[in-house]
Amino acid sequence: MRNIFNYTLIASTIRLSTPLILAALGGLYSERAGVINIALEGMMLAGAFTAAVVTVFTHNPWIGLLSAVAAGLLVAALHAMATIKYRADQVVSGTAINILFLGVPALLSGALFESTGATPQLPRDQTLPDAPIFNPQTSPALASIFNQKPLVYLAFILVAMTVYVIYRTRFGLRLRAVGENPEAADTAGVGVNRMRYAGVLISGALAALGGAYLSIGQNSLFTRNMTAGRGFIALAALIFGKWHPVGAMLACLFFGLAEAVAIRMQGTVNIPNQFIQMIPYILTMVVLAGLIGRATPPKALGVAYAKE
Amino acid sequence: MPRPLVCSSLVCQVMKTLIRELLLPLIAVAAAFVIGGVIVLAIGDSPVKVYRLLISSAFGLFDALGNFTFDNWGYTLFQTTPLIFTGLAVALAFKCGLLNIGAEGQLYVGAFAAAWVGITFAAFPGVVLIPMAMLAAMLAGAVWGAVPGLLKARFGSHEVINTIMMNFIAVGLVSYLTQNFYKAPGDPIMQTVPIASQSHIARFGSLLNPLGVNFPQRIPLNISFLLALVAAFLVWVFLWRTKWGYEIRAVGSNPSAAEYGGISVRKQIVLAMALSGALAGMVGVNEVLGYRYRYYHDFSPGYGFAGIAVALLGRSHPAGVVLAALLFGALNRGGLFVDIFTDKVSKDLVQVLQAIIILFVAMEMLFRGQLTRFFPALAKKNAL
Repeated sequence: MRNIFNYTLIASTIRLSTPLILAALGGLYSERAGVINIALEGMMLAGAFTAAVVTVFTHNPWIGLLSAVAAGLLVAALHAMATIKYRADQVVSGTAINILFLGVPALLSGALFESTGATPQLPRDQTLPDAPIFNPQTSPALASIFNQKPLVYLAFILVAMTVYVIYRTRFGLRLRAVGENPEAADTAGVGVNRMRYAGVLISGALAALGGAYLSIGQNSLFTRNMTAGRGFIALAALIFGKWHPVGAMLACLFFGLAEAVAIRMQGTVNIPNQFIQMIPYILTMVVLAGLIGRATPPKALGVAYAKE
Repeated sequence: MPRPLVCSSLVCQVMKTLIRELLLPLIAVAAAFVIGGVIVLAIGDSPVKVYRLLISSAFGLFDALGNFTFDNWGYTLFQTTPLIFTGLAVALAFKCGLLNIGAEGQLYVGAFAAAWVGITFAAFPGVVLIPMAMLAAMLAGAVWGAVPGLLKARFGSHEVINTIMMNFIAVGLVSYLTQNFYKAPGDPIMQTVPIASQSHIARFGSLLNPLGVNFPQRIPLNISFLLALVAAFLVWVFLWRTKWGYEIRAVGSNPSAAEYGGISVRKQIVLAMALSGALAGMVGVNEVLGYRYRYYHDFSPGYGFAGIAVALLGRSHPAGVVLAALLFGALNRGGLFVDIFTDKVSKDLVQVLQAIIILFVAMEMLFRGQLTRFFPALAKKNAL
């Protein structure tokens, strides 16, 4: 057990939670505005793939990161246009986007690199660097916990920022208004669809950051379906956290911890790995059913708004 | 503004319905193929070549040497089979106003259950074992579908989230069972031991060879395809010719009116989800009893999600589902050849096409506005 529970567990929990937090925050902006976003997975994949490809060609992970955000915005624009302008079913559109970004990276990497879905390995110095806060020689524990990618810090800063934006700014108030009661918001002069576009676009940018963290932060290449359901775990965390930024963050940390423990337990302890991996999904179902405190979605979630 | 045609004859009515039901899906497919063509062009290959390859390898009756072959149609129909089941599954749930994103999980538990019966009751004769395995596949799928249905009926929690979660739970559970209890010792592949040989269901080869038709035994097209067609017919009968089906559709089109009319919305939700799951579970029959003769982990390339495309494109009508499944089955078959015979385009093009088709069908307002000017029949709003 000592091998499982030590300070490196904290470090890897933080590492594994970061992409979840970024994506869950993304989901929050979209869903608080009333647009279901099960496309988080596809948006993460788009970000992960774009980051890796652009870094391969520019040798600069920061340009890769920015391109990932651009790609996320583009995918989000597609989801927003389909669901807001053309009032496509939000779940169906999200599913289509998820399928699309299983296919697109594989198709393009085949054409660009003649591979079956992966990008070439990047040299270590062309991936996102760790923040050199502590000296690993003198204080290995602190270094392993705090010397993380800048995106890790960004994720936690964004949680605080999101709390402020959602609950303390006019933008946040309007975003919540169009997600709860679009008719009333419209009557009060809020551009419902404009706010929803904003929510979905922010969502795409954040989810893509989460994806980029996977490909050019934690790893040094993109592999086929490398998110492996993290977009859905982020969605689960958002629900488990009751659509609140701090709640979502705590849920992500918990799910990250579960993943970290599951990785460590492989072949050592007698609790099957598969059951630990199921925890997020089972908890989400339990919370949705209201068995441990009720998770109530924004009232207008999933309903397209048509002006009378 | 063209004047709407006065249309009273039966032929004219049928034409009107056909235009209304077929035109939008056809336009969506055509638009997707155009975009796919542009993508192929951007990648640096010829769309004409790719599409010709797709069509000839999916439907061609002759091989490269000019000899007659069953290969293309045989494999296309084999690929069509699971998509008919998942398409029907999603369509049936749609009719009750439910979106079943969980066909993927339901087909995994169905496939595993079929294999479990085939392994566990190996002493039974085939006439008992085969129906048992089929029932097990349907039952497992039904249970997996009914849980989100129950949760929705009892707690009002959204079936979309719960079916997504249950997909992951299904894969985890089945992989656990395979790995720990049903794998041959030392087998590096995640698969169970083989099922009893008397639980295999007949392939077309063994059906047609005695009749003198030289259908190769290696083509895995099996009785499941016929079962899928029967299932499509039964779903039609159920939805449009029985009281239960009527009640499911009533709930789908207006739950509060249905409740007011004395229909138990909750009961119909659970029933629709269970039947939907049972249909998805039937994929396991094709996969385990007709093809691999064991449960092979991760076998589905997303049949459950493709079912959403199939149901949408088929406008949730069993006949439409069969046609749409044939289209996607053909794409899956042809995609392999695109993979092999082009330098740059991979079979993933098929997935991209599928996604674009879903998007276009979902965005039917995009086309409807233009079309209603020319075809007033389209003006009648009919969602899913």
